[in-house]
Amino acid sequence: MSTLQITDLHVSVGDTPILRGVNLTLNSSEVHALMGPNGSGKSTLAYALAGHPGYTVTQGSVQLDGEEIIELEADQRARKGLYLAFQYPVTIPGVKVADFLRHAVSNVRNPDRKEGGDLISMREYRRELYERMDELSVDRAFARRYLNEGFSGGEKKRMEILQMAMLRPRFAFLDETDSGLDTDAVNVVSEGVAKLAEEQKMGVLIITHHDRLLHYNTPDHTHVMLGGKIVESGGAELAAELYTDGYAGVRDRHPEVAAEADARKAAEPELAGVA
Amino acid sequence: MKSALTTAVAAPTTFDAEAFERFLETRTEPDWVTQRRREAFAEYLTHLSVPDPAEEYRRVELRFLRPEKFAIAETGADPQSFAGGMRDDQGFGGRAVHADGASAHVELSDELKEAGAVFGCLTDLVNTHGDLLEPYLMTKGVDAGADRFAAWHGAFWTGGTVLYVPRNVTLEKPLHSLIGLSGEGCCDLSHTLVILEDGANAALLEETTSQGDGAGLHVGAVELFVGDGANLRYAQLQNWNTNTLHFAHQCGRVGRDGLLQWTVGGLGSKLAHVHQDVHLDGRGARGEVNGVTFSTGRQNLSYYTQQSHNAPDTDSDLLYKTVLRDKSKVVWRGMIKVEEVAQRTDGYQRCDSLMLSDEARSDSIPGLEIEADDVRCTHGATTGRVDEEQLFYCRSRGLMESEAMHMIVAGFFEKVLDRVNVEPVRAALAAATERKLGIGD
Repeated sequence: MSTLQITDLHVSVGDTPILRGVNLTLNSSEVHALMGPNGSGKSTLAYALAGHPGYTVTQGSVQLDGEEIIELEADQRARKGLYLAFQYPVTIPGVKVADFLRHAVSNVRNPDRKEGGDLISMREYRRELYERMDELSVDRAFARRYLNEGFSGGEKKRMEILQMAMLRPRFAFLDETDSGLDTDAVNVVSEGVAKLAEEQKMGVLIITHHDRLLHYNTPDHTHVMLGGKIVESGGAELAAELYTDGYAGVRDRHPEVAAEADARKAAEPELAGVA
Repeated sequence: MKSALTTAVAAPTTFDAEAFERFLETRTEPDWVTQRRREAFAEYLTHLSVPDPAEEYRRVELRFLRPEKFAIAETGADPQSFAGGMRDDQGFGGRAVHADGASAHVELSDELKEAGAVFGCLTDLVNTHGDLLEPYLMTKGVDAGADRFAAWHGAFWTGGTVLYVPRNVTLEKPLHSLIGLSGEGCCDLSHTLVILEDGANAALLEETTSQGDGAGLHVGAVELFVGDGANLRYAQLQNWNTNTLHFAHQCGRVGRDGLLQWTVGGLGSKLAHVHQDVHLDGRGARGEVNGVTFSTGRQNLSYYTQQSHNAPDTDSDLLYKTVLRDKSKVVWRGMIKVEEVAQRTDGYQRCDSLMLSDEARSDSIPGLEIEADDVRCTHGATTGRVDEEQLFYCRSRGLMESEAMHMIVAGFFEKVLDRVNVEPVRAALAAATERKLGIGD
């Protein structure tokens, strides 16, 4: 059993504060939904947890089983079992999926591995990769393709889940993994996430606007973010309510935070895209 | 007071008339060779008084060049003391090593000898195979009158690898040629000459190397003649130390339905300028040019490439990939020339640059000159950098920064290395790339 404890987390991008005191505790096997209007700071939280150098923690702490991780580089966090499924996965031209992932798997499973150190055995790796590809309905031919180069939106998202399945993280942050996917793909991805959560006792933070991913992965907890803070938490019913009714109710219940968020957005409209 | 008239510029002491006569005395050569040297030397003196062609040399920092600091050695280092980066599991069909432009060691397998292949050092072969070489040596490939570097080379060339393959003979194993400089002030004016008769098939893999950090000088030339229906794979991996200066005129000519696959690697030198010409002379001739450069520190690498379509139905395809780090500079100036007769030409040129530093500089200048009206010519150049998001993506998967950079750079080169279908070259380039990224140091 692992715990990821986020306490009073403040994060800035450049000089602009985005997160203003986030408190959240994830345990193994738990599914948390994180919802909130655009620009409320959901993706910022995911990037900050994964260790993006452009997101500066100005206050607070993130502890994995009691160990502070905010000073760690992104790759060290990955080796400790954190995983971010990107909303917009990056293309790495000329780098084959299979090569990339073999290095990643070798590092995460052998956290002390240095560059040039032994890689996971090819035979073992290939068998596992193909097994996971089959489960996620990813054509095996993708192993030889260049990472995300020429992939459709849906293919990129499945590739994120495939990587997650191979890396077997302790905690995964899924940043709008369900957007841009058709229904079939959402089903495959959702089942894949559910299976991993079950098998690996992985804790999951699902950032979403929809309820589709949550349909298969019923959240134990739902959190609503507004203006860089979690303003409400509840169970699965809260996610359903937000999906049906939108955020007007949340804004009404938290008029001060909503007004602050609006004022900041008006002052710096370009931030809407960042957070 | 400056004179408005053109004044004769004194030749550098180590390459002036006196030095030239002394040099000739050290050579044992047929008259036609001496005659060509004298003509080239006259060109050299002329070119010293006129500016280097602006179009080609404007971006080349020639202020680093001090010819008087270099002199041709009468004896060179032991050729066996040099090691290159290319390996072949199957073994090479022949090996040549040239040291300091003055000593050479050549081996050729019996198999290739029996096939009628000639492989050796130009210094020896002008005497033993003069009739064979006379029609080719600086007559229709590299022109000693082109500029001062071509003339300088024409007057003072010191040796170099010669490969001759008779008609319809295929050499299964590649041949290896290594050019070494042993120290400060050493210079190499080697001349690579490859002649493939009609229907012949061969691969020559050449590389340059330095011992230690001493500044050396290379003023070289490469001439490649590919007969009708012949196929030549030629690679030159320039891997001098980063104090050495490298100037080269390189020219390939391809006959009817012939194929030249030419790979250029630019890794070493402080300053390099390469003039690379591919002439497609026969109908259906094809030329493929692959360029891979990786510059670091304050290296300044410059390439002037020309694809000349001189006959109908000819194809040329040039792809350069350059990676720049630190404060290095790379210039690529490319030209596709299509003569009026060269209808149904398909010409392509592209140079992609990847910047690993904000202080590096890349200039890519493609160009077309087309006289024919039924042609397809495309060109392009891109410049990009390793962006933070790519790096973060890799690192979020557990790859440390240097490993991520290595992957991204290797991926960038992948498309051009894919085209280099000669394993020792691929492997040597990959290993050199790792060294340049500082991996394993």
